[in-house]
Order: sequence, then C-alpha cells, then structure tokens
Amino acid sequence: MAKVVERKPLSFLEKTYIPQIVGGLTITLKNVFRPKVTLQYPEERPPIPQGYRGIPALVKDPHGREKCVSCQLCEFVCPPKAIRITPGEIAEGSENEHVEKAPEDFEINMLRCIYCGLCQEVCPEEAIFLQGDFNSLVGTTREEFVNHKDKLYELGGTRPDEHYKWDKKKEAAEQAAAGGHH
Amino acid sequence: MSEGNAEPKLARINIDGKDYQVPDGMNLVDACESVGVEIPHYCYHSHLSVAGNCRMCLVEMGMPMRDRATGEPVLDDDGVQKIGWMPKPAIACASNAKDGTYIKTQSPLVKSCREGVMEFLLVNHPLDCPICDQAGECRLQEFSTDYGRGFSRYVEEKNVKPKRTELGPRVTLDDERCILCSRCVRFCEEIDENPVLGFIERGSHSTLTCFPGKKLDSNYSLNTVDICPVGALTSTDFRFKMRVWFLKPTKSICTESSAGVNTEVWSREGKIYRITPRRNDEVNDSWMADSGRALYHTVEAEDRMKRFRIDGQVCTLGEATLRARELIQVGTVAYVASGKLSVEEQYSLRKLVEKEPGRVTFVAHTQDGDGRLISNDATPNVRGGLVTGLIKQLPVTELEALRDKLAAGEVKTVVSLGEDLIAAGIPPEMLKKANLVYLGTHRNATSDIAKVVIPTLTVFEKSGTFINQQFRLQKFAQAVPGPAGLLPDVWILDMILAECEGAKCARPSTPQVWARMAEEVPAFAGLSYAKIPDTGVLLDGSAYAELPFPETKGWHYEPAAEPATASSKF
Repeated sequence: MAKVVERKPLSFLEKTYIPQIVGGLTITLKNVFRPKVTLQYPEERPPIPQGYRGIPALVKDPHGREKCVSCQLCEFVCPPKAIRITPGEIAEGSENEHVEKAPEDFEINMLRCIYCGLCQEVCPEEAIFLQGDFNSLVGTTREEFVNHKDKLYELGGTRPDEHYKWDKKKEAAEQAAAGGHH
Repeated sequence: MSEGNAEPKLARINIDGKDYQVPDGMNLVDACESVGVEIPHYCYHSHLSVAGNCRMCLVEMGMPMRDRATGEPVLDDDGVQKIGWMPKPAIACASNAKDGTYIKTQSPLVKSCREGVMEFLLVNHPLDCPICDQAGECRLQEFSTDYGRGFSRYVEEKNVKPKRTELGPRVTLDDERCILCSRCVRFCEEIDENPVLGFIERGSHSTLTCFPGKKLDSNYSLNTVDICPVGALTSTDFRFKMRVWFLKPTKSICTESSAGVNTEVWSREGKIYRITPRRNDEVNDSWMADSGRALYHTVEAEDRMKRFRIDGQVCTLGEATLRARELIQVGTVAYVASGKLSVEEQYSLRKLVEKEPGRVTFVAHTQDGDGRLISNDATPNVRGGLVTGLIKQLPVTELEALRDKLAAGEVKTVVSLGEDLIAAGIPPEMLKKANLVYLGTHRNATSDIAKVVIPTLTVFEKSGTFINQQFRLQKFAQAVPGPAGLLPDVWILDMILAECEGAKCARPSTPQVWARMAEEVPAFAGLSYAKIPDTGVLLDGSAYAELPFPETKGWHYEPAAEPATASSKF
C-alpha cells in the first residue's frame, strides 16, 4: 500500500521566506567570527589518528625480502574482491629459494577497496598493512586505480619483523647441511 | 576392492550408543563413514591394504559380555547385557564390522588419543600452510582444528629435510611435510605394481625416497599426490598455481579412452587448473592415469579454433550454417564422425542424417592401452554411436570407401565432425575438390582446407553423456564456459537440421535432448538426464557382443568377444 504523506501548507510568515533568511544569515555571521577549521589540503594535512586504516600495501622485512608468499588468504577474505594475486614460484638458486613461493603479480583495485583491513588481519606472513597515512587517489582511467606489485611495495616500504620465521628456517637448513645435529 | 556379493550379510554394530546396520566384515572406518560417523585417519585408504601406522583412528571397542563357563549373557543391575570394553583403544582401520561390535568414537579417552597423535605428528611438521598446495584439503589441517592444541609445546629445533625433491617427471616431494603414512608406498606396490618408493633412515629422520636408480615415472604416479593426506607429494603441474579453496569441482568423464574414467575438473573463473579422479568403484576405483589429467591443456591450446569461417574468411554463425546447408544439399553427402562425439551429438547427427541421408563412417582411433584405465580405443564413446543407431559397424582406420566414392565423384559433400580426413587417408587434392564442412575444436590439415569451418566446444565446455567400454552410460557436466560466441555441438547440428527443414532451431538443453532420446532410442527408455546417477547406468550391451571391439582386459573390464588386434581393419 502506498502511503500518502500529508504536507502542511506554508503559513503566511513562511511564505515570505524572511525568518529563514534571517536564521541562515545568523549562522553565517556567527561563523565569520569563529576560528577557522578548514585545512588547506594538500599543503596542510589533518592529524592521523592511531589505528587509521589507509591504503593497503605490501611490505618487505628489514632484510629486503618480500614477505608475501601469495597464500591468497587476503584475496579470499576481501569482501569487495578488490585483491587479485597471480601466484608464482621463487626460482631455485635465488636468495629466497627456501621460501619457495612469492606473488608473480599482486593487484589491489582501489576503486573496489573498502579499507576494512581484513586483509591485514588475515595475513599469516604479516605482509600486507593498511598504511597509517593519508594518501589521496587521483587518476583519470580505471587502470590507474589498480595498484600492482611494484606500486604496492613502493607504498608499503619496510617494516620491522618480530619473528624472522624464514630466516630461522634457512639457518636451520644451513646448519643441517653443514652437518649439525639434524 | 569391491566384492560382488549378491546378498551382503548385514552386521549390527553400535557406534556411540546407537545401533546401525552395515555390511558384515566391512572395514570399521568405512562402515562408520557409511552411516555418517567420521573416524579421523591418515594411513587408511579404502582401496589400499591396511598399514595401521598413523594411529589416528584409535577407538574404544567392546563386545557384549558372556559368562566364560556357561555362555550365558552377563547382565548388569538393570538386567541389560554388560559390554566388555577392551582395556586399551584399538585402531578402527584394522578391525572389521562384526555383529555385536560396540565402539566409542567420542569418549574422553578416544579424544585424548587423537590429541596425542596430532601433537606428535605436528612436532616436526613445518609451518608451511601459507605456501602449501594441500592447504584447504589437508587432513592434517582439518584434524588439527579438531584435535590440535593451537600452539606447540615443542621448544627444540624442528627437523630439516629436503624441500623439493623431484621423485619423477610429474611429482615433487616436500619431505618435511610427510607424516610417513605410507599410502604412496602401498599404492606403488599394490595398485601400480611398480614398487619404487620406500622409507630410509630411522625415527623422525625417516625420509620417503625412490629406490636407487628408480624414478616415480609410471603413468599412474599422480595418484600418489591425490592420496597423500598432507602436502608432501605435490603435482609439479599444479604446484603453486592456485589455492584449492578457489577451485570449483565439476563432475566429468575422462576422454582419454573408452574406459570412461570418472573425473573432477577443478576450475576458477572459467580457467581449468587440474583434473583429479572421482571415485567410482565400478569403473576406476579412486585412480586415474597421469596422461588424462593433462587433457585440459587443449582448452587453451594455440590451435584452438574460435571463428566461424567460409572459404577461410571469417563469417557469422548464421552464414556458416546457411552455407553448410547449401553444401549438404548440393548432391550426395557423406558424414565422418567418431566416438569422440557425445551420445547427444550422435543422436543429433542421426536426426540430420535422417533428413539429409548420407553414409556415416566412424574413424577408429586406436592406441596401445595399458590393460588398466587406458583402453585400446582412444575415443570415449564408440558404443554411443551403436546405441543411438548412428552406426551399425565398428569404426574403420582407413576411409577407403569414402576415398573411392570421392574419386568417382559419387560423393559431392563431406561433413567431418572433428575428424582429420587427411590423416585418415584421403588426399588433400581430392578434398579440395569436394565440398568439405568441418565441425571441430582444433585446427588441423583438414580444417585448413574446409569450405565451411564451424568451431565447437571441448568436453569441458558442454554437458552430455558417454557410453564406456562396459556399456556404462555416464554423464559429464560443463566445467567452464566456452570461447565467446561458440555453441554446443548439439545446437550447431540442430541449426543445420533446422536450416534443411526450413524450421527454427529450438536450441535444446541436454535434459531436453534426453527427453527426446528416451522416446526414440530403445536402450534409453525410461531414462532422463537427471536420473543418471553420478556413477553411471549400466546398459545392456548384449546385442553388440559379437562385434570385435578393440578393447582388451582392463581394470573392471572383461572383453565379451575375441578382441581384434589394433592394426586390423574392420
């Protein structure tokens, strides 16, 4: 059933619009004498609160190793399906061959991203972080809003590591190869 | 393996206080599974011998008590017969269901056993799940969510073992992940009958390896990857390609041979990543040949045809079918097909042949089978041609009759359904003079000189049915969409038929084709596409028992007639 909403006719005073104009100008005048709150972005930047969820990006560990192993859990958990990973293998003989797996390409579509932070939460390798910084997105084509692997590492930079899980693994393997107790 | 008991004796067993009826003597793990009770296990596999080394399937077991001297039942205070529980748990996989067996699968003792086993299995297991291909279908992962601690009490260093050993051309071993269940060892020994795998070293240093000088290079080696409960054995083809939780399994049939191996095709967003066997105890048990798993590569092959063409020029579907009709009606027409067509396509072709009569010849594609799951016939559906009434005789290797007719000018038009006529012995000059209509998936010498080329879909891109060497009717479903603009072969054949009749093509779905076939093909009476179970329907093939089929003895197949040698012409 369609519901009919009754609309009261305007009173005489309302029809003149004078009270509304006066009311509006009062607010304007009040604000003229208040301190300024407008920021001259991008010259001036707002303070970023703790736990701010900015643009998602990939990080490297302090030794420069790319932390992502392309397990694709973030791709799986991402609610708007903004992430797309092409998994790849680390070639034998490379410095990180013991990690075996790394993304061949990693795309985050910033037109889709809703900055929910689930990718960061789910990542078992602590490789993806939402930047605690303010990044404006500007572009003229859709393609410009898709961040690929290079761009993501550029944005993410290096983060301290608490575990060095893979370094420990490599160390253990080297010890074993050298005839350790293994 | 399955035992053909006419009347299986039933045993009454009691699981967690509930009575169930299961076949007598059935393995207890299988018996519990058949009534919906899961007993976690790693080393046990229904089609392999019992090893009993993982200890994950420990359950409490007991029997109703009887007095030793008199044989009288021992009753408790309530007058119910007492159950004599064994003092220690027993492994379910090494026990069979016998009448009066009592087991507990959820008692505190059983749970603590499982937790203990899990903790030991995880002691040296690496934290590889993010890079492990098995993640998502890993039994160790599954049971550690059920019975794992969630953290490790083990503070010592974990064992280091080789991470990427190539056991064979298609199998890569990650030894750290191995839990020494020995399923792969038993598969090679018992099913493949080619023992190449074994364990060396002792205790936690035990390592799976090939025997000296041997390789895991049998054509059945990838089955070891399927049965590996963890990610130790990985397929080199599928390694690191895609996580399994993204993949959608579609029930399909392998087209490698007339054995009709049941498969599952795993795809994501229209791209196929792997093919694995699907259990069917009447056809392939749980196994499949490695060569059949590679067939999905043809979908994205370079020589895949994607455009309709008339005389080499790209055209529309309507123009192609119109031109095909014109050529078919020029004069005498001949049809060349094979057992590569599905039952529905063969039926649709029969309809076309009834309207525009012409001789139908099937081309034989024989191969050297292995006496297991690859038969001597390289096409999946020759018997479909017989059952649908499209052909009366077996396929021929050389198209001599057609060649003579073409030379004499008696045949004006040839319609080839995916058959390379030049390879089948017809000279190209002769074909160039005739009107050649080609329907097929991939380019070949014949399609290059055809006047009309209509590209069609592979088995992964359409649904339908095949009839295998046992006369078992099995259906396959569409796994991925075909290339843009291409239509199922049945529709193409129907469109040409509609052109010939001046009618409109109805574009029937597979169930609709089946509704018509059930009325017109006697062998399909009472059947419908939906009614065909996933394991297939065995049709009566006795009418064709006299035909010299090329198949020889294989797994679950005994030839009815004397097999013809592969080289002879029928």
